[in-house]
Amino acid sequence: MRRFSWFNTTSLTLGFAFLYLPMVLLVVYSFNASRLVTVWAGFSTKWYGELLRNEEFLDAAWVTLRVAFFSSTLATVLGTMAAYVLIRAGRFPGRTLFSGMIYAPLVMPEVITGLSLLLLFIGIGLDRGVLTVVLAHTTFAMCYVSVVVSSRLASFDMSLEEAALDLGATPFDSFRLVTLPIIAPAVISGWLLAFTLSLDDLVIASFTTGPGATTLPIKIFSAVRLGVSPEINALSTIMIGIVTVGVITASLISKRTAVQRAREEQAAVRAG
Amino acid sequence: MRRLTLIALPYLWLLALFLVPFLIVLKISLSDVALARPPYMPQLDLAAGWEGITSFFAELDFENFTFLATDDLYWKAYLSSLKIALISTLLTLMVGYPMAYGMARAAPEWRPTLLMLVILPFWTSFLIRVYSWMGILSTDGALNQLLLGLGLIDAPLTILNTNTAVYIGIVYTYLPFMILPIYAALEKLDASLLEAAEDLGCSRLAAFWLVTVPLSRNGIVAGCFLVFIPALGEFVIPSLLGGSDTLMIGKVLWEEFFSNRDWPVASAVAVILLLILIVPIILFQRSEEKAREAEQ
Repeated sequence: MRRFSWFNTTSLTLGFAFLYLPMVLLVVYSFNASRLVTVWAGFSTKWYGELLRNEEFLDAAWVTLRVAFFSSTLATVLGTMAAYVLIRAGRFPGRTLFSGMIYAPLVMPEVITGLSLLLLFIGIGLDRGVLTVVLAHTTFAMCYVSVVVSSRLASFDMSLEEAALDLGATPFDSFRLVTLPIIAPAVISGWLLAFTLSLDDLVIASFTTGPGATTLPIKIFSAVRLGVSPEINALSTIMIGIVTVGVITASLISKRTAVQRAREEQAAVRAG
Repeated sequence: MRRLTLIALPYLWLLALFLVPFLIVLKISLSDVALARPPYMPQLDLAAGWEGITSFFAELDFENFTFLATDDLYWKAYLSSLKIALISTLLTLMVGYPMAYGMARAAPEWRPTLLMLVILPFWTSFLIRVYSWMGILSTDGALNQLLLGLGLIDAPLTILNTNTAVYIGIVYTYLPFMILPIYAALEKLDASLLEAAEDLGCSRLAAFWLVTVPLSRNGIVAGCFLVFIPALGEFVIPSLLGGSDTLMIGKVLWEEFFSNRDWPVASAVAVILLLILIVPIILFQRSEEKAREAEQ
């Protein structure tokens, strides 16, 4: 195990420096008093103030959060259903097409997905706005959700569900009372994945949005196209901060539940 | 009845919002260019029955595709996208493999933390991660200041708005996709195989080449596809970090659509991009199936 350890340490140090230094620099420069990226003019939080007074960014952030909430919730319902169908429904006509449609959006370039959805919305005469972005995000996010949930469903003991059915539960009750609690971690991480994918999406949102429904990535993209801006550095720092806190909290919670479960199992073994 | 609704709901959703839109793209790519605005001719006239259907198919033509073939902007963009995606995949492998190797060889209690450190950037905004390089790579940016300060260069280098910046951007943003499958393959590797190779007279380097690399082949293949496929259609990285001479097909499609407003040509560009992507996607699925069979 100890072999090449100097080599491993160096490659890990350099690798993680490469992964994290750009973001660290971004955070540091968000506190720069100067508008110029190159000149360090002392510590200041003024860009955060400017950002919070910028109504356009606040509006865009609100639109983005609403879109992400509705699309990830819808995507979780549809994606969980799709996963259940893939793993449990057995054979039905068009099954190959169905599983193809679940996996294809994952590798489809965003420009193509965006273009095709826009042409559809124009074709059926649906006005573009928050609704069309929600529909678009739900469609690609449900595929990610169903991949996450189906891997959990596949490794799950089917006899538990059968036992519930034998004991008189309706199929829906057995899903609600037995299956759902067991696959809940996968459903929750599917929802979180869908939520972040929606928050982050620029290309599909640009194609499917209309006036009055500018999302934050679209706003950021049009601002940074012209070059580095300190307000965007401040905004990025806030977003990096939220994600870091969120991921660390989630991993601590899951670690604690794992420890707790192990303890309960041990107690059960001892008692039994 | 319940089973039917359960299947029908996600099925119909995907049909309506994934398959049908794609068929529309296909149809528009075969339509006339004359008016680059709806309605696109020919239109399907179902009221005319079978005759309407046959005349619809008879009037579809390939003029948008002939146009793509004659204008060298497009095939140059396809070739340059392939080149950029290929080179950056190899670079990502060169950066990612040593990291995955180091993680797999780290003490077991360290591994979950290292894994989280690799996944964390994946949860942060892609756009912001690309943007963070703009400040570093610009002429008066952090990298040039560092190199000038160290006395390694006399005049600032132009990196931003070149293909080099695009390579750096792709390696940076797609690195987790490369590390995770390789790490998964290396972590399962049995250390006693390496010991056996050394007992039989292999040098460490030879043991690495003859044992470790072949046994992590599945991870390498999966990682390369996971980087190559999305890199090919990339739009954000070439528009923020690339220059006017950076040609990538995702960017061309975007501009064809939003600046030139030539929807039939944009649709044809999309159809060909998809045809190019089908090859690596099928190869990837095959290799995944093979890997799954090998495990069983």
